[in-house]
Amino acid sequence: MFGNLSRQDWILFLGFSAVVLLAPILFQPIGAAYPAILEKFCIFGLFAIGFNILFGLTGYLSFGHAAFLGVGSYAAVWSFKLFTMNVIPAIVLSIIFAGIFAFVIGFVSLRRSGIYFSILTLAFAQMSYNMAYSVLTPLTNGETGLQLTLKDPRIIDAMFITPGTGLPRSSLFGLEISGGGLGGFYFTAVALIIGFYISMRIFRSPFGLMLKAIKSNQNRMRYTGFNTRPYLMAAFVISGVYAGLAGSLMAAVDPLAGPERMQWTASGEVVLMSILGGVGTLVGPVIGAAIIKYFENIFSGFNENALNSVFSFLPDTVREPIVKLLSLFVGEGWSLTLGLVFMAIVIFLPGGIMEGVRLLTSLFKKGGNGNKPAVSGQTQPAE
Amino acid sequence: MRGCIPAATLVSVNAHRVLSRIKSGREPVRLATRVTAMDAIILQILNGLDKGGAYALIALGLTLVFGTLGVVNFAHGALFMLGAFCAVTFNKLLTLEKVTVDPTQLTPWGTPAEIKTSLVEAWLGEFGKVLVNYSVPVSIIAAIPVMLIIGIVMERGLIRHFYKRPHADQILVTFGLAIVIQEIIKHFYGANPIPQAAPAAFSGTAQVGMLLGMGDAIPYPWWRLIYLFFSLAVIGLVFAFLQFTTYGMVVRAGMRDRETVGLLGIDIERRFTVVFGIAAVVAGLAGVMYTPVLPPDYHMGMDFLVLSFVVVVVGGMGSLGGAVAAGFLLGILQSFASMNEIKSIIPGIDQIIIYLVAVVILLTMPRGLMGRKGVMED
Repeated sequence: MFGNLSRQDWILFLGFSAVVLLAPILFQPIGAAYPAILEKFCIFGLFAIGFNILFGLTGYLSFGHAAFLGVGSYAAVWSFKLFTMNVIPAIVLSIIFAGIFAFVIGFVSLRRSGIYFSILTLAFAQMSYNMAYSVLTPLTNGETGLQLTLKDPRIIDAMFITPGTGLPRSSLFGLEISGGGLGGFYFTAVALIIGFYISMRIFRSPFGLMLKAIKSNQNRMRYTGFNTRPYLMAAFVISGVYAGLAGSLMAAVDPLAGPERMQWTASGEVVLMSILGGVGTLVGPVIGAAIIKYFENIFSGFNENALNSVFSFLPDTVREPIVKLLSLFVGEGWSLTLGLVFMAIVIFLPGGIMEGVRLLTSLFKKGGNGNKPAVSGQTQPAE
Repeated sequence: MRGCIPAATLVSVNAHRVLSRIKSGREPVRLATRVTAMDAIILQILNGLDKGGAYALIALGLTLVFGTLGVVNFAHGALFMLGAFCAVTFNKLLTLEKVTVDPTQLTPWGTPAEIKTSLVEAWLGEFGKVLVNYSVPVSIIAAIPVMLIIGIVMERGLIRHFYKRPHADQILVTFGLAIVIQEIIKHFYGANPIPQAAPAAFSGTAQVGMLLGMGDAIPYPWWRLIYLFFSLAVIGLVFAFLQFTTYGMVVRAGMRDRETVGLLGIDIERRFTVVFGIAAVVAGLAGVMYTPVLPPDYHMGMDFLVLSFVVVVVGGMGSLGGAVAAGFLLGILQSFASMNEIKSIIPGIDQIIIYLVAVVILLTMPRGLMGRKGVMED
């Protein structure tokens, strides 16, 4: 099923892995080298990669992917509470639950396509969110969110070690994951690299080709005698599993889970990430996720005082209006910037940042049409 | 038309109850409990109708835009929210105060008293007071031109360039626009809800039971009743406009076959721009009048948008009647699901009923309740 990767693909993969693993050094100049934000890059990158397998390849726009993320988080925290603080069982459990959940939702939603599919997934996600808030409180602990407590049984851990005082930290056979150390980052980074590798194999496989064919013309696929449903199902479940994995990693680095992770704005966020980076490209979604999370951290930390100090070289009369204007876009108003940038991307550059990169490189290599960069083998307008 | 439904059901229900009482000869106590259950049901229907009115108005605009322009507008909820903030702004303008420091009088803590006089009241006297009292309904007058301009600018400036793009692109760009509008409002008005008072005359409760000859067991806020009738009136106006005017006829023809209408020498694009403006006005009015029911905040648009989309899809993409019917239907279902009796049978049903209905309808009736053939089918 998986075809061989070309040399360019291997270069891309190795380059990607190198950048991810060296991130704590490489991102030093832009002030994003601390584990908490790097972990976010990896987790949301993974989430976006999974979303991209569905939306980028098949063109089915799901507005309910956050539900899988939430299910993954809850499953992981329950595994921490009931069994062990080791992250492996938590991840396995999340993947299983998210997979089952995605299968059920996909089975129903994939009967329709286009906007109906979007609305169906949205409806399911909102249902899960509302239920996590209300009826399922025994499972989800409602608004407070599911947290670790000292009274948790943790059966497996209790057999081997005597619990210390205070809340335990999640670990990978002794390597500490939660708690904000580099261990957590490297764990998520390895998960991201594995996820990226799998996504690359899918993109280059006959299966991936089949999904792209569904995107460009599903009817024609059907006329040639293909049953497209199983392929769509597989894509949906795979991307749901990615989301579940991202959710479990989120719980691993910070063992709590709340219902707001399932809200439709969270689903909207992953859509933004994929579009921003470039839908249907391999690294685009990861770049989009990193950019959004980076600027979210940087911009929302800015306030008027910070702006004043930046523009302190200007005379007061000029500085004040500038600071007033810019303060619209930073701090609390960071979402405004995000919305504007997002609109600009959809209007002028439907292929996202990766298309921009491709356009720039083709500008430099005049006439090099056949020489597509390895990064975006199949950049095409979002659909 | 729709307003008489509760009354009609009421009469038949009443008759039915009398009949069953004669047949079974229940004792009065049992009868009394039955009456309250009946009242509760009527109350829930009323509750559902006013919420349904809001859903129906938003869904009507969404469908109008979709049917004419073929654009899926995720920023429609933002228009609803903008309407609500028109009312807030109008109220703020009316209650601008002039502060004069009166050195002759002292406040209990010894500083000179500040006397605040509303400018409007100072200029217009008694009429100014009435104006402030009725600020919500009066702001409709201000909201109509504002929303019309916003709608037309939005269509000309952005939506127009997305006619030929795939639906996913339209969803994405309008989603971005919705975020932008929402954040701008948040910047200027803050994140907290801003309560708006209904006019004093309508702030009490109406004894709906009395009006219908059912006893005094059904108290219901006046303003919500007014909202219900207001939404019916707006819906009626929109339908009348489309059905009985030449302009509306051309628009309907354009919905059916845009190219042919264009070939007849009619500038259909311009008409569609106006239709978008009308849709914006309808959403805006829904927002203006909803402010006393729900204090507006910057994300109310998004909250209603998700539900309205569900309403549109349940009603059938492109069907105006379907949108209205589904709006009221889902509103009523939602308020019934939040009854304690029903919640005790199926816990949590009130949270998910709308989505559940949407899922069931979409799977069993692919075109929604009243969808036309060939509109967004695949």
